[in-house]
Amino acid sequence: MSIGEKQVLKGVDMSVGKGETHALFGPNGCGKTTLLSTIAGIPRYVVERGTITFKGVDITHLSMHERARLGIGIAFQHPPTIRGLKVLDMIKLCNPQADADKILEDLDFTDFADREVNRGFSGGEVKRSEMVQLLAQEPDFVMLDEPDSGVDLENIKVIGRAINILTQKDAKPSMRTKSGVIITHFGHILDYMATDKAHVMIEGTIVCSGSPKEILEQIKANGYEGCAACLCPV
Amino acid sequence: MSMSRLEEKAKKAADKKAALGTDIDLDTYEAEAEEVGEITELEMLPEAVQTAALSAGVSLAGEASGHYFQVDQSPVHRGSAVEGVEVMDIASALKEHSYLADYFWKLVPIDADKYTADVGMHPPAGYFIRAKPGTKTVFPLKTCLFMGGHNKRQRVHNVVIAEEGSELHIITGCTTPSHAGRGLHLGVSEVYVKRGAHVTFTMVHNWGEEVEVRPRGASLVEAGGSITENYITLTPVKSLQAFPTATLAGEGAVASFSTIMYARRGNIDIGNQTILEAPKTSAESISRVVSTGGEIINRGRMVGKVPDIRAHVECTGLILTEKGRIYSIPELDGWCGGLDMSHEAAVGKISQQELEYLMARGLSPDEATSVIVRGFLDVEIKGLPPDLREEIRNITKLEEIHGGS
Repeated sequence: MSIGEKQVLKGVDMSVGKGETHALFGPNGCGKTTLLSTIAGIPRYVVERGTITFKGVDITHLSMHERARLGIGIAFQHPPTIRGLKVLDMIKLCNPQADADKILEDLDFTDFADREVNRGFSGGEVKRSEMVQLLAQEPDFVMLDEPDSGVDLENIKVIGRAINILTQKDAKPSMRTKSGVIITHFGHILDYMATDKAHVMIEGTIVCSGSPKEILEQIKANGYEGCAACLCPV
Repeated sequence: MSMSRLEEKAKKAADKKAALGTDIDLDTYEAEAEEVGEITELEMLPEAVQTAALSAGVSLAGEASGHYFQVDQSPVHRGSAVEGVEVMDIASALKEHSYLADYFWKLVPIDADKYTADVGMHPPAGYFIRAKPGTKTVFPLKTCLFMGGHNKRQRVHNVVIAEEGSELHIITGCTTPSHAGRGLHLGVSEVYVKRGAHVTFTMVHNWGEEVEVRPRGASLVEAGGSITENYITLTPVKSLQAFPTATLAGEGAVASFSTIMYARRGNIDIGNQTILEAPKTSAESISRVVSTGGEIINRGRMVGKVPDIRAHVECTGLILTEKGRIYSIPELDGWCGGLDMSHEAAVGKISQQELEYLMARGLSPDEATSVIVRGFLDVEIKGLPPDLREEIRNITKLEEIHGGS
């Protein structure tokens, strides 16, 4: 997968099953955000080889909004400000049938209903705004790009709760139909949500996949160099 | 100045081209209009006038502090709903109030150009609105200048006086029926804001594609007074040139201009200037213009004459199609030290990141474009009563605003 002339992702082979939530770790600039953006369908992110399949459909060449309508959702790490568009109106755009009042209340975001989307929001407010939109959109596959960065502990709980709703953590594992991928650096958010599997990405390639707990402990002990050298105890 | 002396000045300027805008041959438009009879009740307004008024933001429903409706050259209805506010047609007002001579053609020179001269050389038609000292209106005064006939020349001369400590909110819809052909609208507006008075003056242009428009406006604001002027044009027009001036003459006076413009075609040269000539005055001029093929010259000019003033100009434009032109001209003219003037200007396209953000939520590229453009035009206009703000928001919704794709 390339952006312009530059190849960013190399031979990524990853699959998230129905009802599963995966974590994606990796050093800054390794391609994690690029991977999510490619799946979301940002036009300048060009897949040179291989396919992206969702619900059995090859979506490699679908446009962004077609993917969204098929059930792919994304929480951006640094979303733009949309001038003149209120949070409440954004919710209606995501899904006209959404119960906006309830969603805003759940995310403790009611006071922001009449604010312009992301305008003057703090780090934590931006993340809650993303969660509000996704709860309205109700995607079948949700991608979360560092939903916990710049967020205080109190808000991390709120966001963790939202992610659990999005990924149906209240249902029995075998009954879940919604899936997700989360990028996180520190793993705090993982104290508030369950993940089934973790992947480590280094220089545009997935180098390791396995138990989130084991992998996170290894990274905490030896850093990503440890992953590169494959230092996990067997 | 006596009327005959004024007429003399006007005659001398009959061929004087305007400094800005494309030149119009006045003789290609009929000079005289047929008389239209007065009506006693607003509901008696012809359907076509009501519809056109509504599309220019003037609805007959809802509360109003007063009304003025003019069809071509005939004032067909006017009246005030508030004690302390006078609403008259200017010709009657000139006969009744001799003091009006001190206000008539005092802010806009009669010989500014051939358009003011043409207005000056013909019998006056337009509104006279005056709020007596301390009279505060909450609801808007709704006025409508309707040009009905084909190939007509409409001349309007409005005078507004907000006496000390009063408050007025005026909305003027300038409009034609949807099927209108050629036409020329010349409109002079002189607005006087006395000490501590507050005026909002909103003008919505909703003309036909073959109409040419030359408004000539000026306002004078005394100490502690404020004027908010809003100019909204969302429908196509053949050509439009306007450059109203606000003069802040007393300490602490405030002017704020907002311009909202969407041009599919045509030639538009629009802007405003504020002369800050008293200490502690401040002014702001914000414009949001969108071109999908039209040519827009967007001016914002501030002239600071004394220290301790503040002025800011913001001209932002979006060009949504391959063709189209936006020429942004913010101008700051400071005449001394100790003043503070600034501007920001931008001409560009819709941010790709914003488009992608909305598309990630399931909006098609066209839907996303239209949401962004609508948001861009939805300027938060200060000092407006909620009713009027809602009406202005409705105008931007009325228009089917689409992207260029």
